[in-house]
Amino acid sequence: MKSYRIDKHPILSPPDVEIIDFFWQGRTLTAKKGETISSALFAHGQRIFSYHHKDHAPQGIFCANGQCAQCLVLADGLPVKACMELVRPGMRVEPVDGLPELPRVTASPRPGPVEEIAVPVLIIGGGPAGLSAAIELGKRGIETLLVDDKHRLGGKLVLQTHRFFGSADMVYAGTRGIDIATKLEAELRTFPSVRIWLQSAALAVFSDRRVGILAEGRRYALVRPQALLVTAGAREKSLAFQGNTLPGVYGAGAFQTIVNRDLVRSSEKLFIVGGGNVGLIAGYHALQAGIPVVGLVEALPECSGYKVHRDKLARFGVPIYTSHTILSANGKDSVESVTIARLDEKWKPVPGTERSFACDTVLIAIGLDPVDEFLDKGREFGMATFAAGDAEEIAEASAAIFSGKIKGLEVARALGVDVGEIKAEWYETAEILKSKPGRTDPETYPADESGVFPLLHCVQEIPCDPCATVCKQDLIHIHSSDIRCLPVFEVKEGQKSCTGCEKCVTICPGLAISLVDYRKDPEFPTVTLPYEFQKESLEAGDRVTVLDTEGNALAEVEVVGVRAVKANDRTVLVKLKTPRAVAKKVAGLRVQDGQVTKPLARYVERVADDTIICRCERVTTGEIRDLIRRGYRDINEIKAVTRACMGSCGAKTCTPLIHRLFREEGIAEKDIVDQLKRPLFMEVPLGAFAGCDETEEAGHGR
Amino acid sequence: MAARRSFDVVIVGAGSVGTPTAIFLAEQGVRTLVIDKFPSAGQGSNKHAIGGLRATHSDPAKIRICLRSLEIFADWKESHGDNLEWSKGGYVFAAYRRNEEQILKELLVAQKRYGLNIDWLDKKELLEVVPDLNPDGLIGGTFSPDDGHASPLTAAHAFFVRAQRAGAEFRFNESVNGLIVEGGHVRGIRTDKGDYGAEVVVNAAGAWAADLAKYAGIDIPVRPDSHEGAVTEPVAHFLDPMVVDIHPTDTSSNYYFFQHATGQVIFCITPSPSIWGFDTRETSSFLPQVASRMVAIMPRLKNLRVRRTWRGLYPMTPDGAPLVGWAREVEGFLLAAGMCGQGFMLGPGLGEMLAHLIKGDLSQKDREALDYLSPYRQFKGMEKLK
Repeated sequence: MKSYRIDKHPILSPPDVEIIDFFWQGRTLTAKKGETISSALFAHGQRIFSYHHKDHAPQGIFCANGQCAQCLVLADGLPVKACMELVRPGMRVEPVDGLPELPRVTASPRPGPVEEIAVPVLIIGGGPAGLSAAIELGKRGIETLLVDDKHRLGGKLVLQTHRFFGSADMVYAGTRGIDIATKLEAELRTFPSVRIWLQSAALAVFSDRRVGILAEGRRYALVRPQALLVTAGAREKSLAFQGNTLPGVYGAGAFQTIVNRDLVRSSEKLFIVGGGNVGLIAGYHALQAGIPVVGLVEALPECSGYKVHRDKLARFGVPIYTSHTILSANGKDSVESVTIARLDEKWKPVPGTERSFACDTVLIAIGLDPVDEFLDKGREFGMATFAAGDAEEIAEASAAIFSGKIKGLEVARALGVDVGEIKAEWYETAEILKSKPGRTDPETYPADESGVFPLLHCVQEIPCDPCATVCKQDLIHIHSSDIRCLPVFEVKEGQKSCTGCEKCVTICPGLAISLVDYRKDPEFPTVTLPYEFQKESLEAGDRVTVLDTEGNALAEVEVVGVRAVKANDRTVLVKLKTPRAVAKKVAGLRVQDGQVTKPLARYVERVADDTIICRCERVTTGEIRDLIRRGYRDINEIKAVTRACMGSCGAKTCTPLIHRLFREEGIAEKDIVDQLKRPLFMEVPLGAFAGCDETEEAGHGR
Repeated sequence: MAARRSFDVVIVGAGSVGTPTAIFLAEQGVRTLVIDKFPSAGQGSNKHAIGGLRATHSDPAKIRICLRSLEIFADWKESHGDNLEWSKGGYVFAAYRRNEEQILKELLVAQKRYGLNIDWLDKKELLEVVPDLNPDGLIGGTFSPDDGHASPLTAAHAFFVRAQRAGAEFRFNESVNGLIVEGGHVRGIRTDKGDYGAEVVVNAAGAWAADLAKYAGIDIPVRPDSHEGAVTEPVAHFLDPMVVDIHPTDTSSNYYFFQHATGQVIFCITPSPSIWGFDTRETSSFLPQVASRMVAIMPRLKNLRVRRTWRGLYPMTPDGAPLVGWAREVEGFLLAAGMCGQGFMLGPGLGEMLAHLIKGDLSQKDREALDYLSPYRQFKGMEKLK
């Protein structure tokens, strides 16, 4: 059987772990120990997990993050989220088809008391913000319990193969996200006052100020913290279009999880919806994993993500369709193609501009919503509640690291611990790190055509400074007042000129610095470019297409050297013999064959009325729009009528979509009554609340 | 100032009682207005009901009213087309101790006398009706096969739509802040949005009924306590009746659960001592308390995953029976309050009876039933099957 595992990756190395057997519909399959069911299934090309009990619609993953409930499967007879449950040796996994049978039990369960723990600080979420905060608390010896629903710490850092933006001094900019996770975790684990519970999901914050936790996947515990810090991150927004729940349509974060965390090639042809940083980076990660990217649509006239991310993707050969939207994902049981169209100035698709592309996967990357339920409840119930990272405000992970650090200190101070003064500049830095991209300047090139020097193809103000920190000659500067200012290369009076050390080329997170060396051959200077793909994919003598910053092809040139050294941390440097006329403009080289990005001869029209708003209960746009047009304004009533919001995800996915529908219908937010948020955050067996030890019964290890 | 609009009847509360009452009034051509402070129908306590529908009570009034409610629920789909997720699964009151056996058997005598279809089943018979009950220590229990359950959510909406079609008007997001009384007779009602004229005002304000009665100068003994409920994931059908355990413990009295038409199990527990007040925020004690009792009585439930919890109000009266009838202090002020958490099962039957009461064409039997619920009765003890 074909394997969809990624054996070679330019940045990640597949861990050498034990291979275990499990069963899928009675067939023996292999999994890596510690792997989720969803990734193990994807590794065998299985992307339909179940069939919805209402309409038999095939179900795959959507969030791969424990937030939705689309990936339900039966594991040893019990319904579980495939994206959260780890494969156990011999586990029998089956699709859910119709309503699952509640397993019979042989022995009477033995209910016991529920563990109750008082702790000074409870942190929900062990991602960048939670880890940073916990480190500050740990440093001060403050007893802290950190819970995270995943089986390893780091949150979304563990998916990030690219070097981080931000400030090199403050938040590890220039270091890869995966490595930041390792560093933070290693530091945190040196502090004995911080207890860590993995696979421990927070379920509810109660009005009696206790927080219900499903500890280590099976034991219910009530935690009574003096201070609650919510660093639960974000969840991906869903989008309404025809075929939006077909297996193969899922979140960009889900994709990164499967590909980068679990090293499974979940797609063979990818299309991306959304040009923010998440979508752009997902495209880059796909290419790194050897997955072709057919294209990316963005509804706005410009991508909202960092320009360096957009440019990088364009240069590698991914078409970016701005002012375009997705009309449908097409296919019978899973995605076979996608149909897009241009949008007019009123955001309406322009007839006649429809195009379809063959693909097996459509990534939704239209933005994130904070996971802020615990924050809201904590505040409502008068607890000392804090939030950092995306749970507080959606921003980059670098911002989360820094806001976590500050919040850690604020929590300590709230507990009466002397933390000294928290510097005002820190708050300024925190704001800067969270800022959206600023002004974009036109790119200019120096007149000089001698010696060696870097070209900074970085023309948009973003918070990032690693280049300015690595130049030994101190020739790259970012205005000291604000790391969002553009970097400038300048040799001042009395300074030695650039030595061509390549450090700036290597460290730039945006892959936006090239080095031009005129010293050997002024007519054919050598251009050095960063390259984060397999070294073996290029060798001296190859001919490649080089492109300018925006992705316009400039010339076909010869590779004269490929340099991979340990000090460059997996960033390969490619040397190109480039005609003088274009040398300074060269910002990248194309990696993807243009053939894959060609549209189909005719566009595919999907006729099914399957634009789903509520995935859990299969409620369509049409049903909800009809009620809105009939005057319904109370989402609680819409819920009672349609069952939208009543599914297992807890209305996490559909609520923003319902609000969006109201907006589309011209209804002001003030006229809408939002649905009440009630516990639980996820479904948990009754036995856990009864204090039954779930390990008693063989085979039911949850 | 615009002339105030006049109706024959203004009902305060678009909940379990108010909305069905509006149906029966409007169907007879009575110009009816329903006012509710919530944004849509059934958003007060109705939606917090778990959906049990039984005539298995211990007093003849509730039995009579609920028998009629059951008919209305059972017939609704056929006569009106809406699926109320009604299911006639019956009610089982299980006994694991002599004490509960005795209480249930004593009640059985009266229940049979009032014409209920109910019997005592021994352990073996009961296990045939509910095979997943824990057999250890099970003595037996009552089974009333004509009881059932439906969805308060779909019912509230269907009743609302039906009442509107019949001609009743509804005003939501509107709070009553006064009763217009002239010469000892109700002449209308005042809200934060305006005045409405009416010769009859029905107090169907549920947990908030005592506040409304104060506008008529009446102090009614209705005050809410709160109960938490929950719903699970859906699973294949495995349970027909509502299962009730009335065995009291230190922290709770009875609890009950059933499998809804969607396959979800819905359950609720009565905390002991009662938690008085209007607080409907989630507590950490509910799930551990109810879960340990449920898995003890039905071990199979231990793997069933809980989806959502909520907390609703039971507008209680001193004896556990509703207060229904004309106020003596103000003419035209009709009390339909204090449903004690049974508004959903009483609602349609009571609504029909109230329409007759207002129109003055009550049957003799209805009149007898309503005597039991008189707001001016002497309160004695608490109902056993509250």
